[in-house]
Amino acid sequence: MFDLGGAEKTLKKRNTMSISKEEVMKVANLARLELSLEEAESMTGQLSTILGYVAKLDEIDCRDIAPTTHVLAIENAFRADEMKPSLSQQEALANAPLQNGEAFVVPRII
Amino acid sequence: MQIKLSALTIHEAQDLLAQGETSSLELTTAIFERMAVVEPKVAAYITENKEQALIQAAEADAMRARGEGGALCGIPLAIKDVICTKGLRTTAGSRILENFIPPYDATVMEKLQGQGAVCVGKASMDEFAMGSGNENCAYGTPHNPWNLDHICGGSSGGSAAAVAADECMASLGSDTGGSIRQPASHCGMVGLKPTYGRVSRFGLLAFASSLDQIGPITKDVRDAAIMLNAIAGYDPRDSTSAQVDIPDYTKALVTGLDGLTVGVPEEYFGAGLDPEVEKVIRHGIDQLKAAGAQIKTVSLPHTEYGVAAYYIIAPAEASSNLARYDGVRYGRRDMKADSLIELYKRSRSQGFGDEVKRRILIGTYALSSGYYDAYYKKASQVRTLIVEDYRQAFSACDVLVSPVTPTPAWKIGEKASDPLSVYLSDLLTIPANLAGVPGMSVPCGFSAAGLPIGLQIQGSHFSEETLLKVAYNLEQGLHIVGKKPIL
Repeated sequence: MFDLGGAEKTLKKRNTMSISKEEVMKVANLARLELSLEEAESMTGQLSTILGYVAKLDEIDCRDIAPTTHVLAIENAFRADEMKPSLSQQEALANAPLQNGEAFVVPRII
Repeated sequence: MQIKLSALTIHEAQDLLAQGETSSLELTTAIFERMAVVEPKVAAYITENKEQALIQAAEADAMRARGEGGALCGIPLAIKDVICTKGLRTTAGSRILENFIPPYDATVMEKLQGQGAVCVGKASMDEFAMGSGNENCAYGTPHNPWNLDHICGGSSGGSAAAVAADECMASLGSDTGGSIRQPASHCGMVGLKPTYGRVSRFGLLAFASSLDQIGPITKDVRDAAIMLNAIAGYDPRDSTSAQVDIPDYTKALVTGLDGLTVGVPEEYFGAGLDPEVEKVIRHGIDQLKAAGAQIKTVSLPHTEYGVAAYYIIAPAEASSNLARYDGVRYGRRDMKADSLIELYKRSRSQGFGDEVKRRILIGTYALSSGYYDAYYKKASQVRTLIVEDYRQAFSACDVLVSPVTPTPAWKIGEKASDPLSVYLSDLLTIPANLAGVPGMSVPCGFSAAGLPIGLQIQGSHFSEETLLKVAYNLEQGLHIVGKKPIL
């Protein structure tokens, strides 16, 4: 049975296993996001709440259950290795915020 | 009596076009006249496409005169702004794609244009389809045509509001956890999320690739069948699209449900369900019984775990899919960054809104070293249990009937500070995406306050014909189609 009130109660109980601000900053770095101190504070609270709710999955013993990543039984969707029309260089570059007519331009790497 | 052209369904417009009573140019002009009046109130569109639409309409009329064109020849449609339209800005509701002009069309667009359909504009949506109220759009929140203080639903909110407000004849949306069915329900329209793989995702900006599916939002069930006919089918450019025969879906629209078993999943009627919604849905079930269906209570025991599994799987896939927005090949770029990592971080942080950042963080966390087994693997195992629930249920019945949402549309801003309560509101639509089964929302009634309430029909993989048949019988029994919001 779904019980929105109940879900919120369970959640408060579980909030003890929350994510820290340092962890949020670490994950943000992995995701290539920059968070202001304020953003990091509010994200930490919200992520803790959400992860607390998600911990509901621990109620189920999944030891012998195979994971599902795809719902249809499609295997090896092969196609012939043939040349087909594709975007021209100019079309491919058209949306780039910075390009030199031949390539995308990025800051110096080495 | 003068016919209000913008108010027509697709099949009504088809009849008038076939009889030479109207033209696509007239229909399309009527839609833009309607938009000029109601769009300031509804705000269903991010980008209007008037100039091109009128050219497309004239071309459609020429096609028709030559005896060419498909069922949708000359029909004005809205397209969710997450579907690539060649030469027409496609933002996904995000600042990061504010200036993105796709260099190619999505497969569904090629199919619609091949029939001669007209694209009147790109419909509003939650940023990257992440949201349930269309309140996470960088270009403003659309309003529910039935009550402008309320959300129109999401993430395909603009697609639903535009149809309800007669600002197009039908639209395309996308559904990752309910994003077609929920706004259709809140706006009193028909919404169909096809089986995963039924419609090509090529050219759909990816959110969660194992869950995303494109589908129509329409004024009635016949129009949904016409739209599905146009967009369904295998596409070699989408390796997850299915090579399964496509019937003529309009042939499924027959009266009578004798021999059909309708399952009523008890978990979908749990505590937290608004009594008004329950009353409307029970009335809808009575109509199906009156049409000859056998009604049977069934159980999908893992329903309550759907939201938790979804909010691991969908953000995990999103965190990977959205890595492509790096400020290099397309989209917003911070021009002052002098290292690559700064370029990535600043471009993404400036371009993405809060909800998108939140989900990227959840997804990255769930996939990160040390947490993968506890989160992503666990959620994928629970997904197996949900798939199994459906398999069991469909051994006992042909379709499942339930509410689409636990409550009617909430007030704009009401849940702004509480993302989890928004996530939980999707608990009745999420399981279909996790299992890849088709789901449909059909107008079933109204709350006392006059907000629409939809009934959800779910079926086994590739059973869209059965869904449409049940929906058609419900529609015939209820006589509420054609009721319009006052704007």
